[in-house]
Amino acid sequence: MGRLTWAAIPFDQPVVMIASGTVGFVIFCVLALVTVKGWWPYLWREWITSVDHKRIGVMYIILALLMLVRGFSDAMMMRSQLALAAGHAQGYLPPEHYDQIFSAHGTIMIFFVAMPFVIGLMNFVLPLQLGVRDVAFPVLNSVGFWLSAAGVLLVNVSLVVGEFARTGWLAYPPLSEVAYSPGVGVDYYLWSLQISGLGTLISGINLTTTILKLRAPGMGYREMPIFCWTALASNLLIVAAFPILTATFAMLLLDRYCGFHFFTNDLGGNPMMYVNLIWCWGHPEVYILILPAFGVFSEVVATFSGKPLFGRRSMVMATMGICVLSFLVWLHHFFTRGAGADVNAFFGIMTMLISVPTGVKIFNWLFTLYGGRIRFTVPIYWALGFIVTFVIGGMTGVLMAIPPADFVLHNSLFLIAHFHNVVIGGVVFGVMAGISYWFPKAFGFTLNERLGKAVFWCWFFGFYLAFMPLYVLGLMGATRRMQHYSNTHWQPLMLVALAGAVLILLGIVLTGVQLAVSIRQRERNRDVTGDPWNGRTLEWSTPSPPPEWNFSHLPQVGRADAFWAMKQQRGTAQDRNVKRTYQTIHVPRNNPTGFFLAFFAVLLGFSLIWRIWWGAGLGLLGAIVVCLMQAWRTDGEIEVPAEKVAAFERLHGLKERAV
Amino acid sequence: MHAVRTDRMSAEVTRTPSASALWLRIISMTSAAMLMASCSEGVLDPHGPVGKAERVILYDSTAIMLAVVIPVIVLTLVFAWWFRAGNKRARYQPDWEYSGRIEMIIWSIPALVILFLGGIAWTGSHDLDPPAPLEDSTAPLEIEVISLDWRWLFIYPQEGIASLNRLVVPAGVPLRFRLTSATVMNSFFVPQLGSQIYTMPNMVTRLNLEADQPGTYEGLSAQFSGDGFSDMRFDLVSTEAEAFKGWVNTTKTQGGVLDARTFEELSKPAKADGAQTYARVSEGLFDKISAGHMAAVSPQRGQ
Repeated sequence: MGRLTWAAIPFDQPVVMIASGTVGFVIFCVLALVTVKGWWPYLWREWITSVDHKRIGVMYIILALLMLVRGFSDAMMMRSQLALAAGHAQGYLPPEHYDQIFSAHGTIMIFFVAMPFVIGLMNFVLPLQLGVRDVAFPVLNSVGFWLSAAGVLLVNVSLVVGEFARTGWLAYPPLSEVAYSPGVGVDYYLWSLQISGLGTLISGINLTTTILKLRAPGMGYREMPIFCWTALASNLLIVAAFPILTATFAMLLLDRYCGFHFFTNDLGGNPMMYVNLIWCWGHPEVYILILPAFGVFSEVVATFSGKPLFGRRSMVMATMGICVLSFLVWLHHFFTRGAGADVNAFFGIMTMLISVPTGVKIFNWLFTLYGGRIRFTVPIYWALGFIVTFVIGGMTGVLMAIPPADFVLHNSLFLIAHFHNVVIGGVVFGVMAGISYWFPKAFGFTLNERLGKAVFWCWFFGFYLAFMPLYVLGLMGATRRMQHYSNTHWQPLMLVALAGAVLILLGIVLTGVQLAVSIRQRERNRDVTGDPWNGRTLEWSTPSPPPEWNFSHLPQVGRADAFWAMKQQRGTAQDRNVKRTYQTIHVPRNNPTGFFLAFFAVLLGFSLIWRIWWGAGLGLLGAIVVCLMQAWRTDGEIEVPAEKVAAFERLHGLKERAV
Repeated sequence: MHAVRTDRMSAEVTRTPSASALWLRIISMTSAAMLMASCSEGVLDPHGPVGKAERVILYDSTAIMLAVVIPVIVLTLVFAWWFRAGNKRARYQPDWEYSGRIEMIIWSIPALVILFLGGIAWTGSHDLDPPAPLEDSTAPLEIEVISLDWRWLFIYPQEGIASLNRLVVPAGVPLRFRLTSATVMNSFFVPQLGSQIYTMPNMVTRLNLEADQPGTYEGLSAQFSGDGFSDMRFDLVSTEAEAFKGWVNTTKTQGGVLDARTFEELSKPAKADGAQTYARVSEGLFDKISAGHMAAVSPQRGQ
């Protein structure tokens, strides 16, 4: 069994054993319930093997929500440890445990929460907004999702079997080399990210192709909804940046497994090469996350102001400008390496340049609000909270783009506060806005507004309470990743930060309550029109939830905000009842390739981590066989007969008239 | 004491009509307390020319940006409130989506801010480039810094002595550092003096700092380097020039030799505890370490 022995399971650490025992028990109960109720065939048919982009989008978001709970429990442990460990106190988490927690927190939050959130939203929304029936490569879409899920599984296995990396979320060498991290922690990190990174790349290729090649008749780039534009920029960045990540990790893996010296201290290895490469991926990555969030805000602000987006062309130019510039700023993550004044100044100024298109976006949203008739729903709360919060985060970011300012702020808690300010205030707020905005489209009923607003206020105030003290602590000289500190002046601020984290925890709990309450009240909040918000784009022109084929007739698009134009022309919310003849529609058949590939990817990854070579061989072989079987499949589509389409439309037409 | 405070709080509530005013007061008082706390230590309380110049940059650029950020926040809230659906007085313009003049302005505002800040970044990067010597008539003191697992070793090449985890320097004298690492990356940082710089294996970075007045300033590693990282702190003790000479002489009489053999002991992973000095340092030790020629580089860390 390679290096794997019973000693790999930390029986002596009660915290880990209780946590993983609880999680294991919950998983067991869920599986038992599914088995007893006989839900397996349903799950297999409707979800696991589904290649419907809407189902896959929903599964991405469920995955992200689950991992948010995991990543946030790491955050709670860190905050409570630092609230305790002042002066001579050491807190309750020893360094070897604490170091794993902050490494896991960063890795999970970026790769397994933020990424599946935005990819899930894009997956669900893009084909609907583009007015098409599916993504370009539906099976590949499912493969991408299941590979991400495989990465998630491996990261969580590290909690029980072995350990996770103790290197920070980017695993800088030489610390992540065998000489300094001989355990399996870094291997868990590398293999889970290699597998899920492949899934992300596949998804990026798929969505880029979808936007470029599949659009409703008449929809040129000028008519394309703004969320599609930001998604295009984001997916282009995925396609360009993720191969860098894969190659960089491959080199580190060669160092660790085969004794290469790309990034070691000896034989000409250069750790700074890794640092450069990882940020060549890492900086575009933050725009991969934030651009779709910008897209959500653009849709939300326009919809709830009852106006088209102000300065659409500027918005598109700004988006694509950010897309290009994001590749020219990576060095600002290590000004303190001493690269010289010219290099530092160049990258500092390039970084600031990004704030020009970003600033333009903020103003565009501002002038979209101007002259509007704003309905204060949950999504607009998130959007307004975002603008207020994000400009502060942007300001501290530009501050750190000035090299001499960075010389005193680098790696401090000020930096931590800055990027949580933009990631929570930007990405999380954006995703939450997107979820409450598109939830009725996905499930056919709206979420409870009161609880949604409570969730918003918890996150909003929780964020300020948790991270404003960190800005101050950073200025006081507190650095990141410390497990304890001697300066007792810092403790009150650490306690305030803990209180903020508790408030955010309440927000997360309330999200669960909101879901439960909304499901119970679903009949009361049913969306029978398919257009609960008086929307502007095509996803609102189809029933909620949309049929498997999305649109019974592909919409004809003449301008941006296509659905708004249709509503104005026809004076009715729906155009689909106008044409009464229906045709047979082809939709892709369910396909288990993704699920089986993920199964073998987990086997391969786990075996490589523990050096179980026969297992690795089996995993690789299995994956190849699954790919070959997919390549030689004979039948990939099923027909939806015209009568079924007609029946569906009649039913929805009736429901609508009944309102 | 506690009772008195509660009384005053309740008096406040009865006097002010709204609870939100009280909240505002609590928030502003907390923020003020936080700001004051941050000004009394760390990078906003510098004790050297580099740190002071960097504080000026922090303040100036924050002020420039706040001039845009605060109006944006205020306008967001005002627009959102005024154009709320229930406000009959607000004019609804459902088709207004373009204005060339406004477009011009909204591209110009961030561009102008960046023009200012870009200037600050360019001149700041050159004036405060870590390897650039400080302008000072006094001859600089040379110091070689080596980061270990998880301690700091300081060699004084001109004096031929070395010190572990305690850096004694004369006040008012420019300090010229050369830095490397005998282990993973670290970052050498004394917040109250200014700029930090990475220490990297097989590489040498340079840094120039100065302490204005005598005092003790906390130094640390600002780049995570493993389990002992949190204790990887040291005191930078700045003394009068005479006292510094006295310290050098005492160190020379106190014994201890830093050579390849003692260095090998030092480079084994150990927690930082207690300072130590060396009366003699073998010639060229720093260069050998930074060139990766020391056998002890890359010791295998335990599981």
